[in-house]
Parts: sequence; C-alpha cells; structure tokens
Amino acid sequence: MSQHEISVTVNSRLHRVRVPARLTLVDFLRDVLGLTGTHVGCEHGVCGACSVLLDGRPVRACLLFAVQADGAAVLTVEGLAPGADALGVLQDSFWETHALQCGFCTSGMLIAAHALLQETLNPTRKEIRTAIGGNLCRCTGYKQIVDAIELAAERLRSTNEARSGHGANP
Amino acid sequence: MAPTPEPAHGFRYIGRKRRAKEDRRFLAGQGRYVADIALPGMLHVALVASPYPRARILAIDAAAASAVPGVRTVLSGEELARATEPLLSGLDLPKVHRYPLAVGMARYVGEWVAAVVAETRHIAEDAAELVQVDYEPLPHAGDPEAALLPDAPLVHPEHGSNVLYRRKFVWGPVEEDFAAADRRLAFRARWHRSSTVPIETFGVLARWDPAAGLLDVWASIQMPKFPDQLALSLRLPGNAVRVHFDVDVGGSYGVKRGIKHAVLVGHLARQLGSPVRLIEDRLDNMRGGDAHGPDRIFDVAVAFDRTGVVRSLRLRALDDVGAYAGRAPLQLGKPVGAIVGPYRIKSVEYEPISVLTNKTAQEAVRGFGQAPTNFALETAMDLVARELKMDRIALRRRNLLVKSEFPYTIPSGSTYDSGDYAAVLDKALAAAGYEALATRRDAARAGGRLAGIGIACCLEPSGGNSAFEPLLNPKNETTTWMEGCQIKIDLSGAITAAMATSSSGQGHETLVATVVGEILERDPDGIRVVHSDSLGALPSNSPVGSRMAIMLGGAAAEAARKLKATLLAIAAHNLGAAPEALAYRDGTITVAAEPERALGWDQLVAIAHRKFHQLPPGTAPGLQAMHVWEVPTGGALPSADGRIQMYPCYAFEAHVVYLEIDRVSGRVEIGKYVVGHDCGVMINPDIVHGMTYGGIAHGIGAALYERYLYDASGQLLSGSFMDYLIPSAHEVPEIEIVDHTTPSPLTTFGQKGSGEAGYLGAPAAVASAVNDALSPLGLHMATLPMTAVRLGELLAGCGEGVP
Amino acid sequence: MKAVDFDYVRAASIADACRLLADAGEDGKLLAGGQTLVPLLAMRLARPSVLVDINFIAELQGVELDGEQLLVRACTRQATALADARVQHHAPLLAKALAFVGHDQTRNRGTVGGSLANADPAAEIGLAALTLDAEVLARSSAGERRIAVAEFFTGPMTTVLASGECLTAVRFPRRTLAGRVGTGFREMSARQSDFALVAVAVELALGTDGRCRYLALSVGGAGPKPLRVDAVSARLVDTGLADSDLDAAAAIVCQAIEPQTDILASAGYRRRLAGALAAQALAEARDEALDGRA
Repeated sequence: MSQHEISVTVNSRLHRVRVPARLTLVDFLRDVLGLTGTHVGCEHGVCGACSVLLDGRPVRACLLFAVQADGAAVLTVEGLAPGADALGVLQDSFWETHALQCGFCTSGMLIAAHALLQETLNPTRKEIRTAIGGNLCRCTGYKQIVDAIELAAERLRSTNEARSGHGANP
Repeated sequence: MAPTPEPAHGFRYIGRKRRAKEDRRFLAGQGRYVADIALPGMLHVALVASPYPRARILAIDAAAASAVPGVRTVLSGEELARATEPLLSGLDLPKVHRYPLAVGMARYVGEWVAAVVAETRHIAEDAAELVQVDYEPLPHAGDPEAALLPDAPLVHPEHGSNVLYRRKFVWGPVEEDFAAADRRLAFRARWHRSSTVPIETFGVLARWDPAAGLLDVWASIQMPKFPDQLALSLRLPGNAVRVHFDVDVGGSYGVKRGIKHAVLVGHLARQLGSPVRLIEDRLDNMRGGDAHGPDRIFDVAVAFDRTGVVRSLRLRALDDVGAYAGRAPLQLGKPVGAIVGPYRIKSVEYEPISVLTNKTAQEAVRGFGQAPTNFALETAMDLVARELKMDRIALRRRNLLVKSEFPYTIPSGSTYDSGDYAAVLDKALAAAGYEALATRRDAARAGGRLAGIGIACCLEPSGGNSAFEPLLNPKNETTTWMEGCQIKIDLSGAITAAMATSSSGQGHETLVATVVGEILERDPDGIRVVHSDSLGALPSNSPVGSRMAIMLGGAAAEAARKLKATLLAIAAHNLGAAPEALAYRDGTITVAAEPERALGWDQLVAIAHRKFHQLPPGTAPGLQAMHVWEVPTGGALPSADGRIQMYPCYAFEAHVVYLEIDRVSGRVEIGKYVVGHDCGVMINPDIVHGMTYGGIAHGIGAALYERYLYDASGQLLSGSFMDYLIPSAHEVPEIEIVDHTTPSPLTTFGQKGSGEAGYLGAPAAVASAVNDALSPLGLHMATLPMTAVRLGELLAGCGEGVP
Repeated sequence: MKAVDFDYVRAASIADACRLLADAGEDGKLLAGGQTLVPLLAMRLARPSVLVDINFIAELQGVELDGEQLLVRACTRQATALADARVQHHAPLLAKALAFVGHDQTRNRGTVGGSLANADPAAEIGLAALTLDAEVLARSSAGERRIAVAEFFTGPMTTVLASGECLTAVRFPRRTLAGRVGTGFREMSARQSDFALVAVAVELALGTDGRCRYLALSVGGAGPKPLRVDAVSARLVDTGLADSDLDAAAAIVCQAIEPQTDILASAGYRRRLAGALAAQALAEARDEALDGRA
C-alpha cells in the first residue's frame, strides 16, 4: 500500500525512484530500470538466478524489497563488463570454456563468481563449488562453470602479477 | 536427396574448438527471454488453481475479483472452451478433451480453473484470490495401478476408462526363447515422477493486430508444430499466427511446450485488444505448468543362458501420465526404437500402458521415455549378472553388439546405423581406472563402508522423426519430420543463415555457422545466424529428439552446397571453364590447371548481385539457397506388428561411477564419474560436452534427489524449489568424458545427435552403483529416486545403520 | 508469487521498532534479514499488513564482548557473525553452526536474531544457542527482558515473544570452562545447503586427566523444538569419552527424542540419524578438545 521514495545506485548510476513497498529488488531492477540481465527463477530464494551484489556482497534480489535497498549500491550483470563492447576477464573466461548453455542462470553465476574472486584469486575447485553452491544450473552440470572460474582466477593472478599487485576487474 | 558424405577427418571448422556464438550476449546480460519483452499497454495474467485433485466445478463467481481496480477481465474455462478448439492429443482420443482452463471438472491439484488479467501481475494475483469457485470434491485416482481397476474414479468419465493406450507388441519368438533359455528372472523397477525443471519457467506474450488480422506471439517455446497447433485451437488460419523464434529460451530439455498457455494468452489478447503476457511463477510452473515427466512401473522378465547370453526380454511399462493425454503417451513409443539397448537380444515383448490419474499432466522430457527404459534394461543386466555370479562388465561384453554387425536391425524393426560399443566401454573403464577403482571399493568395504561401482551402457537414438506417432496412433500418418535452413550472401559478401525454430541452449547458431563455414570455407565467426519468425521460416520440427546436429546441420550443409554450386556455375561461365575444371578455395574459384585465372569472393558476389549480364543464362540474381531435409531413413509407416524404423542415428554411452553410501543417513557421495561417449563426428566438442555434463547432472537428480511427490489425498508436496531438489554444484561431482568417434553413414558429416546425452544412462549407472554398494548386505533397490532417506530406511530395515 | 500489499515502515531505533510494532498490532511483523519471511510473503503464506524494517537500526548491528558475555545483536548478518574472530574464539560452536546455515548469499542477508525468532525446530543457530546456555534479550514498550534460550522456544515456529516484542540480541556466555574445550556440530540435509533434517550440537570440556568435566548436547529437527539432552551429560561427565561411552550416549539420544513421521522421513529414520550424528558430534568435540585447539 505504501509508496516510498528511494535512492539507489545501480551499476554506478544513482536512481531516485518511487516504489511500492511490495516491489522486490529483482522486479525493480527488471521492470522499473529495465535491467533484464538479472533473472527470476523461483522467487523464493533457492535458485540464485536473481543474484546481485548489494554493497559488494552477493544476495538474492528476490528476497529483498526495493525499498530496503535505499541508500545501497547494487551491481548487476550489466555492470560487470568494463565497457559496452567488452567483456570482463571473468565473462571472457565463461565464454572460453562454454560455461553456459541457455544463459538463464549465467548472470547469477557470474555474480557469485565475481564475489568469490574479490575474496581470493587462488580458489580451489571445492571453494569454487561452494561459492556457486547456491546457484542452480540445469544445463551445464557445473563442470565448465568451475573451469571458467578457475581460468579467470588464473588470468587475474597473472594480470595482477604483471601489474605488481594492482587489482583487475573480474 | 541423399547427403554427400564428407571425409570423417580433415575438417577445417567442424570438430574444432570454437567459442559459441550465442554465449556472448548472455554473458553481457543481454539475452532476450520472453520475460524481458515488454510491450506498451501490456497486461498480465494470474491463474486460479484447483485445490482439489478431482472436483466438479459448480460455479465461478468473479464479481469481487473483477471489481479490483486494474483488473481487466476474469476468464473461466467454459468461456474459453466456447471460443477455442480443444488442444491436440498425441493419440486418437475423441472423448478426452483438454483446454487451457478446466471445463466443468478440475482434474488435478493446481489445474487452472480461471485466469485473471490485470495491469500488473501483483494486481492479477490479488484479484485471483478473490475469485470464488464453488467445488464439489470427488474421489480421485492417485495410484496408477489402482486407476486400472474397474471401480477406480475416472479422470475423464466420458472416455470410460483411465487407460489411454495399451498394446502388447511381440517381436520375434519370445515364448520359444523364454522356454529354451537356461534361466529366467523377473523384477519390478519403479521410476518415479520427475522432470527437467528448467530454471526459466514457461512464458508467453501475445499481441493481436486487428488491422492486419495477425497474432504475434513471443514464447519460451521448444515444440514441434507449435504455430500450427496454436492457430488451430484459436480457429485462425496458420498465416494469422506469427511466432517469433528469436526469443532466447531459458532451458527446456523437452518440456517447454506451453501450448495451453499460448492458447489462453492468444485468446485474451484478441478479446482485450491489448498485449497479454503470462509468465509462470515457480508455483504455477510446478503444479499447473503441465510439465511433469515420465512416472513408470516396469515389470521386466529376462531369459538368459548360463553363459550370460540374454535371449529374450519381456517389458511391461505402465506410465502414469497424469490428468490429460497431450503428447505424453507417445513417450512410451520412442523406446521401441532402442528397445534392446545396445545388446543383441533376439526377441522382445513390449507392453506399454498409458494410464490417467489425477495428477499434473506429463510432458515430453529429455529422451522422451528412453532414460527410464534404459534404467529398466540396465537393472536387468545387473540382475542377470548377479544371478549368474558373473562380472557385470563381462556380461555386457557378451551381449553388446560388435562393430562388424552394423547396420544392425533390432527385433522391433529399427536399424542401428553404426557403433563400436566395446571400444567406448574400454575407454571409459580405462579412464576411470577400473582396477584401481575396484581396489578402492574393496578397501572401503573392508573399512566398513558401503561402496559401489556402477556400470551402464545405453543408446541415445537421435535425429528425431515422428515414427512413434503412427505407431501408437494409426490415424496419424505423419512420416516426415523435416527441418529447413535458408542462407543468403548479401551484396557486401556477408553470409546470413536463417533457422526456423528457437533455441534453448543447444548452440544452434554456432552449429549452423560452423557447418556453413565448413562448406563455403568462410570463417564461421563472420556468419550471422538468425531465428526466423514462423511466417518467414521454412518448415521445422524444433530441436526435439536430439535432432539438430543431424537435421539442421544437414539442411544448412545442403543449402550451403547449393550456394557453392551457384558460385561455381557463375565462375565457370565467366572463366570459360567447365565447373569440374574449377577449384574452390576459401571462397575464391580458380581454374585448377591455371590458378591465375581466378574470381574472388567479392567478384563472384558482385556478379550475382549486380551483373545480370555476367550470370549464366537461367540463373536467378542474388545469392540465396534453401533446403528442407527429411530425416534419414524416415518416410515409412509401421508394419502391422508394430515394426518401425524409429530414429536414424544411435549414439552410445558407457558410464562408470563410484560412490559410497552413509550407513545411517543413506546419503550418497559420488567419488568418481566417467562416461565414454560416441556421438559420431562432433561439430562443436565444447557444446556436446556441455550438454553431456548437464545430462549427467540431470540424471543424478533423477536417480537420487528429484521427485514430484503426491500424498494420499492427491496434494503435490514438492511444488517448490524448497522440496523439489535440483542438484547443486555440491551434489554433482567432477565428471570426465572420454570421446570416441564412429561416424554415422547416414549424415552429412558423420554426426549423430547428442542433446540427451548423459541423462539417458546416468540414472541407470547411479542405481547400478548403489546396488553394488548394497550387494554385500544382500539388499537391492530398483526404485528411483534413491533418496538418502529411502536408502537409510532400507538399510535400517535390515538391521544396518542402528548406532 | 507477489506478496500481498502491505505498508512498510522503517524503524530508526529499537524503541521506534517496538512502538511501530505495537501500533501495527496483530497484523504487524518485523522484517529482519527476510530470508525466511520473504519467501513466505511471496507464497502469500504470510500476510502482514505492516512490515517494520529493523535492518537500519544501528543498535541492532554487530558483535561485542560484554564482560563475561559475547553479545551478538539481533540484526547482525549471519555472514558477519561467521567471519567475526570473537565469535570464532568465544563461541566456536556458534561459528560451526553458522557455516551450515544456507550459503553465502543467504548468510549475507540472514540475521542471527531473525533465525532465532523464526524458531524453526531444525535451525542451526537456535540449536547452538541452546547448547551454549545463551539468553535472548527482548524489548517491548513494557521494557526489556532476558529469556534463557531453554525457555525461549515453545514449539515449531513459535517462541515466548509477545506480539509487539522485539528480539534485540543474543548473549552467549564466554567460555570460561576449565580444561580443554571442544565442540562438535553435525547435520544431515538432503542437499548440502538445505534445511537440516536432523542436527546435533555438542560442547564439552576435558579435565587435565582427560576425563570429561562438562558436556552439553542438543538435537534439532527431531521434535517440535531443539532439545537439550541432559541425560547424555549425566552419562558422559567423568568418563574418558571412550567410543563405547559415545555409543551409549547415542543410544540415550535415540531414546530421549520424540521425532515425528512425516513425508520427508519416518520417525525411526530420524531417531537413528540423531543417534549417529550425536556419536559423530561427540567424537568431533572430544578429538578437538584432545587436540587442545579450543
């Protein structure tokens, strides 16, 4: 019933919008901002297709109302690439290993993987599986996704070594 | 037209590492799924679902719902039925009617009884709660065997029985072979209801243009003849429905066949004059989406000799298809094409029975009935080995067809094209380190753990024709299942190919670009592949039955060859040489003996597009070609005794899995998974491997986790992702694929299909491993899924597992 | 799956939250991490007319040492608590339990207090809190009260909290047990991140002679609320925690619980499972204490 004015930064862009209380963050991103790269799979917090970063940490965008993101910074799959015509290292690694088929879970997988690579560039395969353990994929059996994240970590490590410790964008 | 075989080796693009064309847009978050398409003035649908498994609908009062601000209409089943034709059934069942919304009687929990259309989905859901439906609950049919009894409640009373289909096929001297065999055994195997459950639910958007008399439809569809059926139900001519196939489909594996959704939404769009969209939510999808999978009881008898030769097989398959016929009963038909699996079994009796119950309707699921059948066959092989105290692998080797026997015709009339099963099995065993694995198992057992190795060999029939339709429904004389592709080279010399169906992750754009690039010797990365809409498209039967590498690949190759022939004719005319004297290389044509006499790609294109005066007489200007391919070996109706050539190509897979079972919790931990796979020449190995890994993961789900579970009162208990358990990255192990290549003699490049790979054998392999682990206790289980709790309870029943 | 329409109010302080909740009456509900509540809203199984958001209240955030207590404020994210060195040091059993709660993405929103207030009989945090003799702090317009976790849960999804009362923190006694301390946490779930079917938590201390001086064991998911099995403590204290002692304790657990048969599992399965998990958790705790890690 109630409507709320919120300020939320999505992919580095500030939006001031009026939203109804019951609008979830994922519906807000998709239907209000038109950022349809974040997908709705189950709407009850299990599948992970709607994963986004909220203030730097991966969360389910279906388990949060948009009004609760007031003042927060959200990163979606559309914000992962360094530019409109380029893919980030992580995305390119997914492409290289064919870590996707239908693409529906992919944005959530990228967000989960991105969050992992912010924490460590030396993840084991088990750690990678744990990081994506809350994201269901029905196409890939996860193998090529784990391969992709391993490859991205390796590439980022060598990039970092080349830049002597400066971070790169996964 | 017979395809021109290419050499099995020496391809330029086929079989090589290539990034999938379609991946990039998904990685950028720029896929275009149906839920991403919003049209101005678009309205949203929410559904009123039956809370009862079987109930008479006495009245529907929509007054309160209609009064909610933002609601545009509330539609009942009666109203919709008056305005539309019933949905088509795969069988000849004149008394089993099916409409998108229940008419008069609700037949399962979750069945759609009314639809509410409103300005937002939120409002539509608010109003749907206010629709008052007056039900008279009735006794329901739950158990499929009880549903066969004379006093069972009838799901469709007018039909007079709950049996949709029943026939006993006998191919070969079954009685004699059983009588002559040294030994016989019989068992029951149960494959409980699960499905493919894509992460994207089904969705459809329709817009009616009254001026043009045209219904535009965007849907997450994977369904043969979807536009035709939609037009038929909506009483529109075929050319008044335009289905846009450029919609990305978020997974399907068979089930994305929302014809009832599309008829509902198409009707509403016409009625309301506004675009109308229905995106199932997860609860709609799992209860009312009509996308459950096979639910089978197999009664199997095997006749075999002391030496391990399996002589004959009796297979009775009772399939609980739920409350409506649809296409589901045909899933009992496809296994006829590989009814003996990869084995030399000389006679077979097969009795498929399709029965109605008050459950969600069944839809086509990856493999179209083959995975459950393979589970029954492989369970039989393991039990024969156990009975004879013979090694399971040795038993299989004794019965596997050998390379020199191909082409091989099985008792049910299908001919297997090619294969080298023993070689693939050997490779899988070697990659798995079978000896070491057996040592590991034995050591685990010595340490008190329950450890087992599973083996499964099975076939993936591919190239999808519709031969099960005339087999199970004599009124259906369909004998073609064609696929089309059109290609043009534009004025700039760029190549665009158009396919006539949507894709749900199979990489068809990459497939077509690779094949066309191979023939025309142009870089596939520069070839654009588009999905036509249904009015602009050639005939297609959609990517079902593992058919696209064969069928779309074949059509694209033939269309490309036609273009190449045109280019050669143009060159011959302009170079004054016979076409046979020319050499084609990378799109440049030279006189073979005088390479300096040449016409490059740009020159050839310019002649075709601009210089009619330089074209050979009778040649149409421009560069375009199309080809519609018939399924190889297709075209015939079944014989009177039900012998039929089902699919043309047969891929083979050999699974080796190691697992351990916790003695108390029953939880299964898979320690190793290797599959040997031969699907002929792979066009894109990464894509084939990806589908195989995914198929195995799906098969592990069917074997251990996933079940649509109904209670005695007919309620669905696993209708959300909290309780329908799709395996995560924790549950799916590292999987190793070992490739082998036996080209098919029937296809353009020797390719076979592979879209169902992995899933067809994984459930059998996991079950085999579980039973190997249980064998020291004298236990056996032939019911899927083998959930931890069921295994724990089985173990406790024999005194195991009590602390 | 869209929630019923509701009013959303954001509380600025605990007092504010109590007032807003009292104003809302029976139709009001607190919104903490939302990882359980929001799915219920989406399925329309929860239908509050007012949601009072307590996520923005600074005094509900964070972990601190408070004398002999480790204080975890109610809206502390599970991930924050899990990563907190003080939690790992002073309440290692809680840290172990937190690792079993959902996964990263839900722990990043889910709160410690929210899980307690939700009172799922199989939930890990409540089970650890019960085992650790924690107490819950609750505030209402009538003031603040402390409730021992042992008295906090009243049944499946129910607690002693009155409507209008807000759980503000949970206090864990800092470990001052003499001797070497060990903890064990074991659970069985269908998939790794699923709700536990049965879970067992153990904390124990060994004397210098290696004999058990103190022991607490609780079982979750085997009854209407998590159950502390004191008979196990009685059996094991003063023993050397030999494997045979642990087996005897497991048998006591099997007898002490009263699990239900439901569609997920039979009572017999749960009973056996609880016994086996108890033996494993006890062994884990014993071995940890012997290693002197705690």
